Amino acid sequence: MRKTSPEHNTRVLPVALFAILAIAAAWWLVPLALPDWLTKFPAPKGLDNAAALVIDDAVGWMKKQWVDFFDVFTLILRTILTVIERALVSTPWPLTSAFALLTAWRLSGPRAAIFTAVCLAYLGLFGFWEKSMSTLALVAASVLICVAVGLPLGILCAKSARSKRLLEPVMDVMQTLPTFVYLIPAVAFFSIGKPPGVIATVIFALPSMVRLTALGIEQVPAVVREAADAFGARPMQKLMKVELPLALPSIRLGINQTIMMSLSMVVVAAMIGAGGLGLDVIRSLQHLKTGQGFLAGLAIVLCAMALDRMVRGKQPGRPSGRK
Amino acid sequence: MPGPVIDCRNVWKVFGPLTLGDFDRIRQGGASKDEIQKENGCVIAVADANFSVEAGEIFCIMGLSGSGKSTLLRHINGLIAPTSGQVLIDGEDIAILPMAQLRSLRARKIGMVFQNFALLPHRSVIENVAFGLELRGVERPERNARAHEMLKAVQLEAWAEAPISELSGGMQQRVGLARALAGDPDILLMDEPFGALDPLIRRQLQDQFLTLCRGLKKTAVFITHDLDEAMRIGSRIAIMRDGRILQVGAPHEIILGPADPHVAAFVRDVSSKDTLSAKHIMTAAKPAEAKALARVKGVAPDTILSEAARTVAREKRDIPVRDDSGAMIGVLRIPDILGALSGRGLHAEN
Repeated sequence: MRKTSPEHNTRVLPVALFAILAIAAAWWLVPLALPDWLTKFPAPKGLDNAAALVIDDAVGWMKKQWVDFFDVFTLILRTILTVIERALVSTPWPLTSAFALLTAWRLSGPRAAIFTAVCLAYLGLFGFWEKSMSTLALVAASVLICVAVGLPLGILCAKSARSKRLLEPVMDVMQTLPTFVYLIPAVAFFSIGKPPGVIATVIFALPSMVRLTALGIEQVPAVVREAADAFGARPMQKLMKVELPLALPSIRLGINQTIMMSLSMVVVAAMIGAGGLGLDVIRSLQHLKTGQGFLAGLAIVLCAMALDRMVRGKQPGRPSGRK
Repeated sequence: MPGPVIDCRNVWKVFGPLTLGDFDRIRQGGASKDEIQKENGCVIAVADANFSVEAGEIFCIMGLSGSGKSTLLRHINGLIAPTSGQVLIDGEDIAILPMAQLRSLRARKIGMVFQNFALLPHRSVIENVAFGLELRGVERPERNARAHEMLKAVQLEAWAEAPISELSGGMQQRVGLARALAGDPDILLMDEPFGALDPLIRRQLQDQFLTLCRGLKKTAVFITHDLDEAMRIGSRIAIMRDGRILQVGAPHEIILGPADPHVAAFVRDVSSKDTLSAKHIMTAAKPAEAKALARVKGVAPDTILSEAARTVAREKRDIPVRDDSGAMIGVLRIPDILGALSGRGLHAEN
């Protein structure tokens, strides 16, 4: 076994750093004529182009090979989206509003309901109703997929250390890779419109759902798990009756995060033809219309906040019993 | 006659990566616990535990923290599997039982109560009590009826619908007890159930537990670090230290004849006045005495030591012990009583 001595490490690092800084300072103070290979990193010519071409070819090959798969996948996504959007757009606005207000009231109390009413009024008065319904359809579809995929993956991560080790780096990439990078292949595979928008959103938002689900389950006290075992619980019973209910606050937070992240992707999704409120923002940007851009942006923010208040649930608030 | 309900034979539990060679060395006493731990990071939690519990007994396992008592307890319902040895429940070795059968055994035969209650905070009191039955697939009306019955037994029926968080510690542990009893198990495993409670509540719950256990004819294994508690409720007591059982015996046997210096150290502070009774310290009467004591007020064999001492103080002399028929069966001598009260083992001096 390799043994690392902490003392050794803590001494070497500052010394090395200091040496590098000293050399850099000397260079800066005494400008010498340095050979080219020192001032410029010796990059071999054409390596970048070659690598990019290989990736292009791979994407092209995949697109050709799995064209049926991608088509079917796109069709499924489009169907889900259409159903949700139809339901949201074609329902008369008083009905939709009433439903939203009741849900807010039931889930999170009167304050959330009032806030939701204000947001809905803004969307209606400034002519964003239809667009925001279309945007919400995109968000709803993304969140549905995130929950459907993220919940089981989160459970898997909590139960198996190996899966967690495997998924961790993948999720890091999903969260940090700039959106535009995977937007291009998403369009290549799923053509333009809402389906690639959903895919891009899911890639961005899924890790939060997985991580928060796993966290919630990992936080269930060991002794409660043991009690379930001691009373003869099967693994599935333990999951459904003990672990998931106790992880619920964390899972709920995960759903909440997913909604917020989906809404933050609305503008990016509009760039590949997802429409909705995001499109208004992009148009204002292109025509330098500050006012309209601001109004559309505010509409997105209010959608997000209303959904957040609705889903957050009843807040325990300040302990009112003790003073 | 049926055999013991619980029978642990040569149970060893070693945590950590252990080779067979190491294990043989430990078993033969070739390497000490510390040596093994230093060499390959193994911890010996239970070392060669042997005991059996008869039906209806309350068997206490007493030891300080880290003595392996909780680990040993978890062998009885298979939450922990032994490294070697056998754990027999009604003659069946549960260490080799398939998982499905083990789960069924836990659900039907063995109830468990935990030190930190381990209740489900998202459920109401009655849903907690009915939890075991729910896992078994008992329908709601039936399991709720049974749960209500159990809540009545622990005097909490008024709290059935309350959330767990509204209950005090003592009440929560009564819910824990009701939950363990709801499945009508033969065996109760009590893992330091009253350790987290304050002394007054602890005393109440001990009494309640004893009444319930005797009334329902349960066999119980009761873990505690408090020897007074063990003496109070145990029919027999096992004393554990460093994973080993040092002595098993009835409370008076342990007080009167501690098997080794460690047990003697534990026993030193126990108040023997409530634990011992006249029959434990009386000695045979000499023929001359029998006549002299014929008219002296006597005590029954089961009179506890403190009471017998009061009688001796009143009479100011040795007193006879008489059985139900009035026949003299022994003599309580003043030096013996003083010895027992001062906590020294009597027979050790003989």
